[in-house]
Amino acid sequence: MSSISAPTGALDLTKLEPIFETYKKLARGSLIPVLQAAQEEYGYLPTTVLETIAERTSAPISQIYGVVTFYSQFRLLPRGRHVIRACQGTACHVRSSSMILETLKSSLGVTPGGTTTDQQFTLETVACLGACSLAPVMMVDNEAHGRLRPDKILEILDKYRRK
Amino acid sequence: MNHNIEDLPRLANAQELEALKNRVLPRLAIRKNPQAQPYNDITHHIMICCDTGCASSGAKDIVEAFQKELTSRNMEKSVEVVVIGCHGFCEMGPLLVVYPDDFYYIRLRPDDVSDIIDETIINHRPVPKLLYHDRETLRPIVRYNEIGFYAKQNRILLANCGHINPEDVFEYIAYDGYKALAKALSQKDDTAGLLEEVKKSGLRGRGGGGFPTGRKWELCRQAPGDTKYIICNADEGDPGAFMDRSLMEGDPHRLLEGMIIGGLIIGAQEGYIYVRAEYPTAVKRLTNALAQAEAMGFLGENILGTDFSFHIHIKEGAGAFVCGEETALMRSIEGQRGMPTARPPFPAISGLWGQPTNNNNVETWANVPGIILRGGDWFASFGTEKSKGTKVFALTGKIRNTGLAEVSMGMTMREIIYDIGGGVQNNKKFKAVQIGGPSGGCLPESMIDRPVDYDSLIEAGAMMGSGGLVVVDEDTCMVALAQFFLTFTRDESCGKCTPCREGTTRMLNILTNITKGKGKAGDIELLEELARNIKLSALCGLGQTSPNPILSTLTHFRDEYKAHIYEKRCPAHHCVDLIAYWIDPDRCVGCGACKKKCPVQAIDGSPKKPHAIDVSRCVKCGACFGACRKNQAIFKK
Repeated sequence: MSSISAPTGALDLTKLEPIFETYKKLARGSLIPVLQAAQEEYGYLPTTVLETIAERTSAPISQIYGVVTFYSQFRLLPRGRHVIRACQGTACHVRSSSMILETLKSSLGVTPGGTTTDQQFTLETVACLGACSLAPVMMVDNEAHGRLRPDKILEILDKYRRK
Repeated sequence: MNHNIEDLPRLANAQELEALKNRVLPRLAIRKNPQAQPYNDITHHIMICCDTGCASSGAKDIVEAFQKELTSRNMEKSVEVVVIGCHGFCEMGPLLVVYPDDFYYIRLRPDDVSDIIDETIINHRPVPKLLYHDRETLRPIVRYNEIGFYAKQNRILLANCGHINPEDVFEYIAYDGYKALAKALSQKDDTAGLLEEVKKSGLRGRGGGGFPTGRKWELCRQAPGDTKYIICNADEGDPGAFMDRSLMEGDPHRLLEGMIIGGLIIGAQEGYIYVRAEYPTAVKRLTNALAQAEAMGFLGENILGTDFSFHIHIKEGAGAFVCGEETALMRSIEGQRGMPTARPPFPAISGLWGQPTNNNNVETWANVPGIILRGGDWFASFGTEKSKGTKVFALTGKIRNTGLAEVSMGMTMREIIYDIGGGVQNNKKFKAVQIGGPSGGCLPESMIDRPVDYDSLIEAGAMMGSGGLVVVDEDTCMVALAQFFLTFTRDESCGKCTPCREGTTRMLNILTNITKGKGKAGDIELLEELARNIKLSALCGLGQTSPNPILSTLTHFRDEYKAHIYEKRCPAHHCVDLIAYWIDPDRCVGCGACKKKCPVQAIDGSPKKPHAIDVSRCVKCGACFGACRKNQAIFKK
């Protein structure tokens, strides 16, 4: 796991206890819900958290790492203050979502998966947000922005920068 | 009305259910009959759609504005604001219906709220500027079922969506909710007879394959073993499809009821709903519905006082398209990497944790209560010879009326796109409709007059899939569309089998080269050869169908491929490497409009002097092209 470079610092691992408590009775098939709850708590899945989960569930860490890297929801690195998820669904595609993504990439200076150097934004893509009627769409944090045009992007980003 | 779970009554039998229904009906009477007596002095119901689509266009602000305005006018006790699920006409959101007047208002803004209260609530008059206007006659339409979008639909599955509060189990019960369950339980000693009813309905799997549901259930029912599971596949991953989300958000109890009846017929004790984590509202509504159903005795031990017990668990997916494949989905529920396994053994024999398992999608399960309550013959009275009932389609892309439409099987694609969907946006020319997502294909103009059902679509080289319809116009490049789908399947391939892992990557490389102007003679033939081999050798449905978008566009739009390869030209002016923008200095008046719109500061020039585009920075987004229309100094080639 040496390839993961996450900021090291004292993590409060006791926050995992209530999660283990909740899922104790659902021993079968509870690995994914535990990982989801842990990520909700820490914002991402730091190595020490994965190690603790491995210890407590008696599963080899290789298996846990396999699950974490299989699903796109799980993150091994922390994200910026705001997370932008640009929808790449079919409806968005035919309404020029590629232009929205290009504009986001060039105005933020990052590629999907990356975080801006000022830690303000993380840019991600998502297969479909199911808000196809408003295509092209992106989500910033939990707010959806629809009927986007490249020139609207700067405005929206500015709004979040000031937040 | 919102209930505390502890206050819900536990129902001991079907009579108590009927009695409860009769107690709730007067509360909802003004929605059905304008002359009905107000209940508890509530004179109006304002039903506001807060489904994901409407919420992102601002529906929650409308709800807040109403609550604030009604409180300030001391009217909050006589007007009930009801949050509903999807009404289908997402293009027009945020939208609402006011009862008892039955007025339908669209594209609302918070400042419209006081007009609605002044005119409609106080004086029972419509607010003309908020009504839908017919596109041709320009006449305002007051009631929603007179709008063309709804007139041709047959909403038997979506009957409650947009008409009940999805968080209030009493409203579901008032609209005959859980009555099918009570009926099924009254015949629980003859589950074979219930199965016969499902078989008679002719219901086929709505998730894509179209396998007859009754036969599928029978296989699992007959499988040896005492522990059996049923699964609801709510991992609606097809980009461009959102009917399952709308159903779960708008009428969650219908899905639960369908699954409980399924559990009874199949002989299962537990059910799982595997739902995408990208659908937070659906998860919330389902969780709430589950708690209500358990409290009232529709779920859990001794359902409605009988000896039948059944439990449902909700599992959130973690973002992997391949988990829509049933064997992969089961591995994911078990907490493993979601990778498909070879069949046989089929899930009906050895599925979840090695036990007999039956898996259907949301739309299939939700059709079950109607079939049990009204009979298989009733369901089979809709549709075509081999495809019975209705299908919900998600209309998206370059279509005027985006949204959800439920129609009887057998309607032509032209009727769906033009009569319901209102035709192509911005008066552009129709090019094709893509159906079935990344596993499907496209139908060109010449094929849209055929009746739509499972078999006619397969014949046409497409498939029903989950029912996402994406309309594309003359500005859409079909090579880029195929490339788009291949990018998706390449990214979502789990990597277990070589044909899918390497084959999709290889096909995508070729397509990408073609769209970049680097295509060469022989590429088309190589694509076709790869496609044939992948179809034959991939492990699961995702891999086997991944070449479909290429094969289908090659069949109908081969000329576009050839133009890219041999003439280095994109006929739709879409592929960025084959187009360029430039400003004609003789025409440019230096107004600066383009410069202001450019998101990457690629345009330079002083006021009133001709401007120029710095091609090294230009991302070809076309914002300047749109900004300049008036002077027509910017060209695309």
